[in-house]
Amino acid sequence: MSADQTLAFDPDCHIFTGCGFPAPGLHTFMYEPMFSVGGFDFTKPMLLAILGSLVVVGFFWAAFNKPKLIPGKMQMVGEAGYDFVRRGIVYEIIGKKDGEKYVPLMVSLFFFVWMLNLWSIIPLAQFPVTSLIAFPAGLALIVYVLWVSLTFKKHGFVGGWKNIVGYDKSLGPILPLVVVLEFFSNLLIRPFTHAVRLFANMFAGHLLIVMFSLATWYLMNGLGFVYAGASFVMVLVMTAFELFIQAVQAYVFVLLACSYVQGALSEHH
Amino acid sequence: MNALLLAAAAEEQPPLIPHLDELVIGLIAFVIVFGFLAKKLLPNINKVLEQRREAIEGGIEKAESAQIEAQSVLEQYKAQLAEARHEAARLRQEATEQGTAIIQEMKAEGQRQREEIIAAGHAQIEADRKAASASLRQDVGKLATDLAGKLVGESLEDTARQSRTIDRFLDELEEKAEAVR
Repeated sequence: MSADQTLAFDPDCHIFTGCGFPAPGLHTFMYEPMFSVGGFDFTKPMLLAILGSLVVVGFFWAAFNKPKLIPGKMQMVGEAGYDFVRRGIVYEIIGKKDGEKYVPLMVSLFFFVWMLNLWSIIPLAQFPVTSLIAFPAGLALIVYVLWVSLTFKKHGFVGGWKNIVGYDKSLGPILPLVVVLEFFSNLLIRPFTHAVRLFANMFAGHLLIVMFSLATWYLMNGLGFVYAGASFVMVLVMTAFELFIQAVQAYVFVLLACSYVQGALSEHH
Repeated sequence: MNALLLAAAAEEQPPLIPHLDELVIGLIAFVIVFGFLAKKLLPNINKVLEQRREAIEGGIEKAESAQIEAQSVLEQYKAQLAEARHEAARLRQEATEQGTAIIQEMKAEGQRQREEIIAAGHAQIEADRKAASASLRQDVGKLATDLAGKLVGESLEDTARQSRTIDRFLDELEEKAEAVR
């Protein structure tokens, strides 16, 4: 299917054969292009990203294309997911009145991120697309642009800057310190952490699953079979854990996006 | 270590630097999702959710109005029942009063008739007594004078009768009798 580097080790390499453990590393996240058009290299993660978006659209198409007053099974599941983001996140953080406008964005973000995370444990795909910084960075960039433009639209140029740097006269002598800190924290560090939080979680999770999978294979020799069993149990445990983390990280990503939008819309402190 | 891995290692780049190609693909993939959801699918479901909300609220309103109607009917029924009870009680009271009045009247009538009869009896007795007494007085006077005439041998009738002696005697007798009684 693809030039998967995680399989780019000698299948005959086992313990007690003088072969070292082919530990996973950064190269685990590098893919040879499947094909190249002009200078553009199309890789497996890109394919998974496109497929992921098609899966999300396909699901919601099946659920919401011809919605009925009395929902079918698909519609019921779709409504539950939609309601979870709409009521559970957007209404909670931004409020019903102001938040309604941002529901489509947040719903898209949640299910897109969740799907890209989910690829991690889906057989054959087995790679969380969000463990490549470019994907979370793109999404964080969208939220960042929205946040900045909303801030200036709501508060005007001066008010917008005051909102961003947390300008508050009552702070007195520590005001300059707060302004500098808030400036860096909000404008420069926040989009970075927003993307990296998702990226790092998925990166680490994938690394663990790959590590235990490789170790299971590597240990399958002689006495090593005992350890291989333990390692395989860890593969199962980590897979289950990742299933949980994938949903949590999608939730956190959208939760933060909502709280940024809310911060832009609120009166400055 | 095979050639593929070495090639990959040579290509390694810092993991926190976004790959431009991936960034573009990621944004395109997201825009696909956002476009479909925001333009078509979520408005679809919002419409239906709104309709459902209205349907449910309509149902609730209907149920509420039915309940109010049932309540008013119940109150009407209760009022009618209370009225009927009042009426029955009033009738019973009236009947009792009427009965009492009739009994009272009858008693009074009876009493009156009894007294009338008694009074008539008394009057009759009195009249009889007076008549008897008058005739007795005459007879006794006659008998006495007759007797005295026979005793003295001549008729004393006229003189004795004309004198008030006998009458006085009889009155005395009467007085004595009264005193004894």
